[in-house]
Amino acid sequence: MASISGLLFSGSDWDFRTLSRAYETIEAIATEELHLDVYPVQMEIISSEQMLDAYSSVGMPLMYRHWSFGKHYLYQELLYRKGGRGLAYELVINSNPCIVYLMEENTMALQALVTAHAALGHNHFFKNNYLFRQWTDAGAILSYLDFAKGYIARCEERHGVDAVEEILDAAHALMEQGVFRYHRPPKLSSEKQREGLRERLEYEERSYNDLWRTLPPSKDGTKVRETDTMAERKKSLKLPEENLLYFLEKNSLILEPWQREVIRIVRVIAQYFYPQRQTQVMNEGCATFVHYTLMNLLFDRGLIGEGAMLEILRNHSNVIFQPGFDDPRFSGINPYALGLDMMQDIQRISTAPTAEDRDWFPDIAGNGDWRQTLLDAWANHRDESFIRQYLSPTLIRKWRFFVLADAANDPHYEVASIHNERGYQSVRAALAHSYDIGASRPDIQVVDVDLLGDRHLRLQHKVKDGIVLEGGSRDATLRHIRKLWGYEVSMVAVDAQTGATLHERSTSQIGE
Amino acid sequence: MPIFIDRRLNPKDKSLGNRQRFLRRAREELKRTIRDQIRTGKIADVDAEHAVSMPARGTGEPSFNDARNSGSRRHVLPGNKHFAPGDRLPKPGQGGGMGSAPGRTESEDDFRFVLSREEVLDLFFEDLELPDMVKLNLKEILAFKPRRAGFAATGSPTNINVGRTMRNSHGRRIALRRPKQEELDAVAQEIASLEAKPQNAEMRQRIVALQEELERLERRRKRIAFVDPVDIRFNRFDAQPVPNANAVMFCLMDVSGSMGEREKDLAKRFFVLLHLFLKRRYDRTEVVFIRHTHEAQEVDEETFFYNTQSGGTVVSTALEEMHRIVEQRYPSREWNIYVAQASDGDNFVTDSERCIALLDEQIMRLCQYFAYVEILDERESHIFGATDNGTSLWRAYSAVKLRWSNFQMSRIATPADIYPVFRRLFARQPGYQKSGERGG
Repeated sequence: MASISGLLFSGSDWDFRTLSRAYETIEAIATEELHLDVYPVQMEIISSEQMLDAYSSVGMPLMYRHWSFGKHYLYQELLYRKGGRGLAYELVINSNPCIVYLMEENTMALQALVTAHAALGHNHFFKNNYLFRQWTDAGAILSYLDFAKGYIARCEERHGVDAVEEILDAAHALMEQGVFRYHRPPKLSSEKQREGLRERLEYEERSYNDLWRTLPPSKDGTKVRETDTMAERKKSLKLPEENLLYFLEKNSLILEPWQREVIRIVRVIAQYFYPQRQTQVMNEGCATFVHYTLMNLLFDRGLIGEGAMLEILRNHSNVIFQPGFDDPRFSGINPYALGLDMMQDIQRISTAPTAEDRDWFPDIAGNGDWRQTLLDAWANHRDESFIRQYLSPTLIRKWRFFVLADAANDPHYEVASIHNERGYQSVRAALAHSYDIGASRPDIQVVDVDLLGDRHLRLQHKVKDGIVLEGGSRDATLRHIRKLWGYEVSMVAVDAQTGATLHERSTSQIGE
Repeated sequence: MPIFIDRRLNPKDKSLGNRQRFLRRAREELKRTIRDQIRTGKIADVDAEHAVSMPARGTGEPSFNDARNSGSRRHVLPGNKHFAPGDRLPKPGQGGGMGSAPGRTESEDDFRFVLSREEVLDLFFEDLELPDMVKLNLKEILAFKPRRAGFAATGSPTNINVGRTMRNSHGRRIALRRPKQEELDAVAQEIASLEAKPQNAEMRQRIVALQEELERLERRRKRIAFVDPVDIRFNRFDAQPVPNANAVMFCLMDVSGSMGEREKDLAKRFFVLLHLFLKRRYDRTEVVFIRHTHEAQEVDEETFFYNTQSGGTVVSTALEEMHRIVEQRYPSREWNIYVAQASDGDNFVTDSERCIALLDEQIMRLCQYFAYVEILDERESHIFGATDNGTSLWRAYSAVKLRWSNFQMSRIATPADIYPVFRRLFARQPGYQKSGERGG
């Protein structure tokens, strides 16, 4: 490679040759030094307006039409015009080949930074993290979106925009409740099923005891039958079911086939994004760690000049800026900052651990192989488990984390734990818990419906820690469910600890 | 090597369709906002872009969300400075100093953005059921201005296009092989040089041949003209119609106590509509506001719509004032004069006769168009809707209407009634200005 001898680029202008050379050099170093494993990359140069477009259609290059995307576009455009928010320098899509959008306004130094961040960091994470491997099919998403866009456009032609919009509105409202959170065991083949049945019969024959026949029948026979039919019913519908969209798609009696397909499209897209929502800190942390490490390596090897490095560092420090809670600029924990800090901390623990680290992380402290430790962490964790596993006391002290207990009926917050010996565990647990999407989203399930009777769909909301649903949006969402279900829908709020019914809300109370 | 795709040249506005869908969705809310803005804004501003505040209703995207003020939760925050476990801090709502309770800010639903002029008009005039006709710019052709439009084979000598003519001539000369002067000179020179030398038979023969050749060339040169009439091209000019570019619009309104908020709002829409139409039609549009009670005065727009005066009602004072202003500032030769008058129909008992006289004798011959609207109570509208008897002013104007085709009058009670007043104006085609006597 001719470029090894000198700088990869000089000046701020870029062209495709330089971009390509920079990518190749960075990729070579990434593979050799960090052992990254990435999808092939497709880089697309876009203008700022196209970046806004991409923002508004949830970052995907193809998307069906819906008014809410227009709303988001107007909102983003407004923020951008006002200068309230800069645009991202890049956007990356979990697909194979991995699509990276680069903004044309970026300087060459920025393009190099973005290449390391997105084309290598995010790309590696998408390809290797277990959630993405389990739940998303990077090779198929683009063609699926293409299908979805075309399908919805055809539906609009055939059934009218309003009819399609009605279904989409309702399905969008349930996107949060439209994902599977756990893998189910694969369906058995019919041969396996037969074998299982045979085994069971054999077992029953072996353990047959005539004595059971002599037991007197239960006094309350009818009640048993009733709970029996209810259990039977639930079993046939595989209730309870937490994926509301899936349940409606499969079981609603009023939907046309095309409406089911539209719901399915929304559900598939929600499922596609579910891993990303669970891995914000890790994903951004991984990309930031990768770009920071790679850029320093490039600089050390004399591949980028001091001016470019300064520009890169300035952007880097903007990205990982984290104000304290009492700073007017505070708007939550910056996932870039937390992710990078944790990963650099892991690097430190593996190479130069303190006695405390040896106490807390006996299996990685001082193992010397920070690369493998990080690769394992990237592959096998989501935010919640990552923080629960790797947030060290050192970092808690550095960030000066504290836990604030907030009870609704109390006019005061109470400081529950701080960064001291007694607080580390609870700070770490609380922080991890706050990244657990499954726990922080309302838990709503379909519990019962009598398809042969009044077809009343019953939902249950398990109320944790007394956190109930916001009334207005709950009613509006229930109305949407009713639209998809066609019959009465009710939701009962049940306290998760005591099992006591708190209140019940039905669509018949809400009205159209 | 990665694949590069340059998308910068892709069509823009990929999300335009989504934006339009969103606007359609938010239509009712937007309409209300625009109407409020127009009610408070200036007439001339209607025809511009508007920043509107996006309302949350109707465009919300509901989902199951936790209520903020319920239950107990734990927040993890960075940057502790002096807290110890067990410290109690007042919540921000209770006037505490901690302005950063964690959680999302729900500001997304309420934001401002800019609507284009077309979108504004569309929303504003929806109630008026304004047909596309307002978008057709009918022109009143009063003058013509020559505008170059290619070339012609005929024309006046002053318009000869020399370049084009010479190009044609050159082409023709090449095509017909007109001998050049150099060729003739060469032959003549050869003859001369031969004649200068001692002669022999062969050379003499050669000279004769050359002389014949020279003669032939000269004949040919004479026959094929340097510039032939067929070469000549003239600049062609089309007569481009130029509409009379100036218009003045008089807004006349009764501002006595009987004109309330609703009446003024309707009147304003009526004025806005006329102004909009004129603005599209003329390069320069001026608006004059004349209010009257028992006396009339010219005022600015602010005063016109928002000040009330007490007093009787004498309509003719406004007409006189208008006539005076026309005489002074807007000679009808240079200005197209439009008058829009709004009133609740009250007039001083003996004044209506005077109004008729003024209109018949002076004003109507000056104006392009005179539109009068009488604003009714909604309850009255079905009583008066179709009949000819009504207020004294209405009866008086009915007589004027019979005599002048460019006089329009109507009773309005709701915004939807306004448009028909202008129907004649919009429907009128250039060319049959005076014969447009169709029944409205």
